[in-house]
Amino acid sequence: MKSAVILFPGINRENDAIAALKQATGTEPTLVWHGDTELPKTDIIMVPGGFSYGDYLRCGAMAAKSPIMRAVAERAKQGVTTIGVCNGFQILTEAGLLPGALMRNASLKFICKNTHLKVENAETRFTNLYSAGEIVEYPVAHHDGNYFADSDTLDRLEGEGRVVLRYCDVDGKVDPATNLNGSQRNIAGIINEAGNVLGMMPHPENAIDPLHGGTDGRNLFKSMVEAAS
Amino acid sequence: MKARVHVTLKNGVLDPQGKAVHHALQGLGFDGVNDVRQGKFIELELDGTDAAKAEAEVKEMCEKLLANTVIEDYSIELA
Repeated sequence: MKSAVILFPGINRENDAIAALKQATGTEPTLVWHGDTELPKTDIIMVPGGFSYGDYLRCGAMAAKSPIMRAVAERAKQGVTTIGVCNGFQILTEAGLLPGALMRNASLKFICKNTHLKVENAETRFTNLYSAGEIVEYPVAHHDGNYFADSDTLDRLEGEGRVVLRYCDVDGKVDPATNLNGSQRNIAGIINEAGNVLGMMPHPENAIDPLHGGTDGRNLFKSMVEAAS
Repeated sequence: MKARVHVTLKNGVLDPQGKAVHHALQGLGFDGVNDVRQGKFIELELDGTDAAKAEAEVKEMCEKLLANTVIEDYSIELA
């Protein structure tokens, strides 16, 4: 089982991504530099979190146009399991691999804390070890996680089961009061039409060790590995 | 030739930063402001003198990088 982590200048969660992938796959992921034009053979691609290019212009905008992203887009189109977390989610939307955009949090505040999430679709290659409706707890750390898409796009995402994670409270209540950052319909994570690309703002890679305060994120990585093997 | 690009949020897209600026203006006693929308201004220095060609090129830049057309509109002014 091979995995690759894409590294852009200003990314800071690559080691967390590597630790999570290593734990789940049992092998060391390959770190791929943004200026490279080719990806090694890999079963999983992870675009980690951070502040690529200092969030200049728009979060993820510059990274989305970097040379390696052409190779990532090509592999994603071939069906390779691809996950973007936080800045990685922003990069995948800017690259056109996922619909919508991530805007400044409605509160205008940087939010760094643990949040509860409802697994809306447990039949994806990222969530098949969770049960439908399960409540999980992952950390979030972002300033621009406010998911926006027009209502037609949102309806299509909902209708096709592509809303994978939603912000909620400990009891799974999804409403404006439990909407962490102002995202349309409390959306925290979505998949593409083919189901092989996931983008999410929360950090499952920071919930894989008891020392993190919880291990709810492990099953996300294990799901990916099982699906890819 | 210079191109000036304005990038603004589309109508219907909430602008929390504009809202915060609006509140701050109200706090300073500027009561006559009905709404604030915040955007970006980008100035480009271009080669060449063909305005039509320049405009087409800047439009492509906006579509590919300068604006995110999911949430933003843009306008181009050549000078």
